[in-house]
Amino acid sequence: MENKNLGFEESVARLEEIVKLLESGDAKLEQALALFEEGVSLTARCNKLLDGAEQKVMMFVKDAGGDIVKTPMPQQGEPV
Amino acid sequence: MNERQVITVSQLNRYMKSLIEGDAALASVWVRGELSNFTNHYKTGHMYMTVKDEGAAIRAVMFARDAAKLRFMPENGMKVLVQGRVAVYERDGQYQLYLREMEPDGVGALYLAFEQLKRKLGEEGLFDESRKRPIPKLPLKIGVITSPTGAAVRDVIHVLGRRFPLAEVLLYPVLVQGENAPPQLIEALKYFSDTGEADLVILGRGGGSIEELWAFNDEGVARAIAACKVPVISAVGHETDFTIADFAADLRAPTPSAAAELSVPDTMTLKTRFANLDARLLALVRTRLQSARAKVADLASRRVFKSPAIYIDDRRMAVVAMTARLDAAMRLQGARRRHRLEVAAGKLGALSPLAVLGRGYSVILREGAAVRARTELSPGDKIEIMLAKGGANATVTEVYDGK
Repeated sequence: MENKNLGFEESVARLEEIVKLLESGDAKLEQALALFEEGVSLTARCNKLLDGAEQKVMMFVKDAGGDIVKTPMPQQGEPV
Repeated sequence: MNERQVITVSQLNRYMKSLIEGDAALASVWVRGELSNFTNHYKTGHMYMTVKDEGAAIRAVMFARDAAKLRFMPENGMKVLVQGRVAVYERDGQYQLYLREMEPDGVGALYLAFEQLKRKLGEEGLFDESRKRPIPKLPLKIGVITSPTGAAVRDVIHVLGRRFPLAEVLLYPVLVQGENAPPQLIEALKYFSDTGEADLVILGRGGGSIEELWAFNDEGVARAIAACKVPVISAVGHETDFTIADFAADLRAPTPSAAAELSVPDTMTLKTRFANLDARLLALVRTRLQSARAKVADLASRRVFKSPAIYIDDRRMAVVAMTARLDAAMRLQGARRRHRLEVAAGKLGALSPLAVLGRGYSVILREGAAVRARTELSPGDKIEIMLAKGGANATVTEVYDGK
């Protein structure tokens, strides 16, 4: 399915869209099944993303030139 | 007879001035009174007013240098304590107070400043509900504007990590108290507003005295919050602390931890929601499949097709294929749900007239209509025989009553 590259937010948005399409009852049978298959694979993908998530904390700092750059936040306890 | 000594007005006023201004007791006095005739000279920044009580009044002036230090704006009718020196204005022959300090009488200056700014911005509409942006349901990048060292930042990162680790935290470190705090808070808000790097901004600090929280009562900070294109959740101090920033923000959280709780969904809740979505999708597609089966059954009784059995077969095969596909898709789900679908599909099959044909019965059609009694037929009639697979054309040779 072409959803492999969708992020979490897009996946959830697409899921909501799929439910709406199926609820409207306009979809042809073939299409309804395709939507169902896509929906089920999306929920599986979202669950996988949630299970595998590791928190990322970035901090903005000013570099020598005064430009704002992002760096990983030092671990708690380290001097900031 | 005494010789008259005549002096000029200037000499008199100068003498009065030296008398009054030479009196050490008048060099610094605190006076309690009520303000009237207040004028804030917008060009020079000097403030002119009359301080009065029930029986007396004195003119007073506060020069821009001292006026700039006031945390509240004096108003007519305000009860105040003022401190200054008494001096004579020679030109008018008037003595007046040159004020160095002013305090609201009865309430604190900070409290008054807070109330004044709140009223002013409120009247401007800065706190209107209609201005509030909705908080996104699923923020994946969360800007945090606070001190990088306090308890607040630790709490926020901890709660976000526990509830929804999928969201990235973008910390913009700032001073949260002192006179350099407001410009830094404004700069950080502007950064998130300009870049749109975060879906949501949490702005706050841990608890402290009213002076320590004061940066969040700054007018510029309030305006930066209101102008921020990204929704802002304020989280300043404890539950009981209210700041101007709270009123300007799209949502006020009682504490920084609470702001983190409010900003993201809980992973467990989300997973439940996905499970419910799966069930909902299944229910929807099953309904759709049932209506397709009903349509096939309907076609079986229609008269408009030349070779209805073939047509119906095609449709039936399509439904069977779909059922197989649905079944395959179902393997992504639990066995229990699949079982339920099989039961449902089996029931549908039993009800279909095509199943009857499958057991060896056939349907006779004359001019496309199903024949039920021999009175509908005469020898020589062309008829069609509909079978489970295919059909046949035939001619009636004889009709007779049932035995």
